[in-house]
Amino acid sequence: MSLARFRLSSRAAAASSLLPAFLVMLVVYIGSTGWTVWMSLTSSRMLPNNTFVGLRQYEILFSNDRWLTSVHNLVLFGLLFVAASLVLGFLLAVAIDQKVRAEDTLRSVFLYPYSMSFVVTGLVWQWLLNPTHGIQKLVRDWGFPEFAFDWIVRQDTVIYCLVLGGVWHAAGLVMAIMLAGLRGIDEDIWKAARVDGLPVWRVYLSIVIPMLGASFATAGVLLSTSVVRLYDLSVSMTNGGPGIASEVPAKFVMDHLFERQNIGLATAAATSMLVTVVSVVAPYLFWRVRKAGVR
Amino acid sequence: MSGVVAASTTLPSGAGGAPGRGPRPRRMTPARWGIYAFLLITALFFLLPLYVMIATSLKTMDEVRMGNIIALPVNLTLEPWIKAWSSACTGLNCNGIRVGFFNSVKILLPSVFVSIIIGSLTGYALSFWRVRGATLLFAAMMSVAFIPYQIFIYPLVRVFAFLGLGQSLLTIVIVHTIFGLPTMTLLFRNYFASLPAELFKAARVDGAGFYQIYWRIMMPMATPMIVVAIILQVTGIWNDFILGLVFAGRENLPMTVQLNNIVNTTQGERAYNVDMAATMLTALLPLVVYFGSGRWFVRGIAAGAVKG
Repeated sequence: MSLARFRLSSRAAAASSLLPAFLVMLVVYIGSTGWTVWMSLTSSRMLPNNTFVGLRQYEILFSNDRWLTSVHNLVLFGLLFVAASLVLGFLLAVAIDQKVRAEDTLRSVFLYPYSMSFVVTGLVWQWLLNPTHGIQKLVRDWGFPEFAFDWIVRQDTVIYCLVLGGVWHAAGLVMAIMLAGLRGIDEDIWKAARVDGLPVWRVYLSIVIPMLGASFATAGVLLSTSVVRLYDLSVSMTNGGPGIASEVPAKFVMDHLFERQNIGLATAAATSMLVTVVSVVAPYLFWRVRKAGVR
Repeated sequence: MSGVVAASTTLPSGAGGAPGRGPRPRRMTPARWGIYAFLLITALFFLLPLYVMIATSLKTMDEVRMGNIIALPVNLTLEPWIKAWSSACTGLNCNGIRVGFFNSVKILLPSVFVSIIIGSLTGYALSFWRVRGATLLFAAMMSVAFIPYQIFIYPLVRVFAFLGLGQSLLTIVIVHTIFGLPTMTLLFRNYFASLPAELFKAARVDGAGFYQIYWRIMMPMATPMIVVAIILQVTGIWNDFILGLVFAGRENLPMTVQLNNIVNTTQGERAYNVDMAATMLTALLPLVVYFGSGRWFVRGIAAGAVKG
C-alpha cells in the first residue's frame, strides 16, 4: 500500500469513527431541539400537528397556575440550594483543610450522598420528615410535645424540604471541588500572611476566596445545571404535592407530555427551560473561552 | 459539562493527596475545638439518613410504629429485606424489587460498555486526527451537557417509534450512549491530548492504521481513564430515573423507577421497613462502588460531574 493511499484510508477511518457523534449532533442536538421549539409554536395537543399559532402556547403557559408555581419553586429552590451548598461545602473544605484527624473518613462521610440516586435521597428524607413517625415525633418523645417539624405536609414550607434533601445530596461535591482548590494554593501565601500578622479569617476572606474563583464558578455551574434538571427529587419526595406546592418545571413538561397529552404546552415549557439555561450558561462559556484565549 | 469542569479543575491527586499545611498542631485551642465540633455535627447530619434507613429496615412494623426513628432495632429482623427483594408490590405485581434490580443490570452492562467504546473512540479521533467539523462537534458537545433532557425527550420518543424500536432495552442502551457521549468524549479527549504526540507519530510511521493505534496503543495507555469512565457510567446509569422511565418500556423499568413505584403508590398501610429495605437495596451498588473506589470516585466526578 502506498503512503498516500494509507493516509487516505486512515483519514476515512477517522471520519467514520466520528459518525456516531455527528449523527447524535444532527438528530439529537440540532434536530430534536429544533423540533421541540417548532412544536411549541403549533397547536399540537395529543398528536403533533404543524398548525402555526405563534406564541399562543407561551401565553397559555404563563397564565397557567401550575407553571407559575413551578417556576417560582425552581427560583426559590435554586437560590437556596446553590447558596447553601456553596457555603456548607466551602466551610467543610476549610475545616477539613486544618490538618484534622480522620480526614479521609470525614471526606467519605460528606461525599457519599452524592453517589446515590436522587430517588433514594427523596425517599429517605420523605421518611425522616414524616410528621407521624420521623424527626417531629422523635423530638416530641424527648419531652417537647409542642415541637413542630411538619414542613413536608405544608404547602408553604414543602419546598424547603426539597432544599434540605438537595443540600444533603450535593454539599459534599462542593467540598471536594473546594478542597482541591485549597490544596492548590501556594504555601508561600500562608507564610507571607503569617509574617504580616494577618488573622486567619482575614486571609480566607480577602485572599483565599478570591483565589478560588474558578472553583466557585465550577461548583456554581454544576449546581445550577442540576437545579434546572430537578425532577427525580420532587417526584420521589413529594410527587409535586401537597397540592401543587412542590411542582417543578421539568415535572410540568413530563406530566404534560405523557399524562395530560398536551404537546404544544409541554414543548413551550421545555423551550422556556432551554432559554433560561442558555442565558445562564452562555456567559459562563464565553468567560471560559476568553480566559483560555488570554492564557 | 464535564469537559468544562475537567478543563478548569484538574484535581491535584484527587482532592487532597497531601494533607494540609505543615504538621498537625498538638494543642487543642478553642478554635480547634470549634472546628472539630462543626465537623462532628455536620458528619452526624450526613450520616443520620443512612443510619435511619438501615435501622428502619431491620425493625418489625410494630416497632416502627411504637418506637422512634433513631432507636436501635430491638428485635432484629431480616424479613423486610426478604420482602423487599422478593415480594414487594408495584401495583398488582408482587415480585419484589429484584425485578428492577435485574432490569437495571441488563441496562447497565451494555450501556456502560457501548458508551465507553464510542466515547473513547470519539475522544481519540478528536484529539489526534484532523477531521472537518470536529471543532463544531466538540463545541456542541460541551454546550449540550448543560441542557435539560426535557428538550430532547419528545422528539426522541418519536424517532425511536419511527425506527420501530419503541421502548425497549436497545432503545435505553442507545439513549444512555447518546447522553453519556459528551462526558465520555471529553474525558478521553482530555486524556489523549495530554499524551506526547511523538507516541502517535511513531506508530503512524510504523504503519499502524487508525483503529490499530486506538486499540493496541491508546486504549491500553488509557486504563486509568477507563476506570474513571466505568465508575462514572455505572453510578450515573444505575441512578438514572427519567431516561429509564421514558425509554426502557414497561418490561425493563430500572430499579430506581420500580423503587419509586413501590414506595409511592402503595395502597393501604405503608410498610416503612420494607420501603427502607428496598431503598437501601437500590442504593447498595453505588455505595459499594463509592466506598470501594475511594479517590477514583472523586476523580470521576471532577472529570465528569454533571449527570442527571
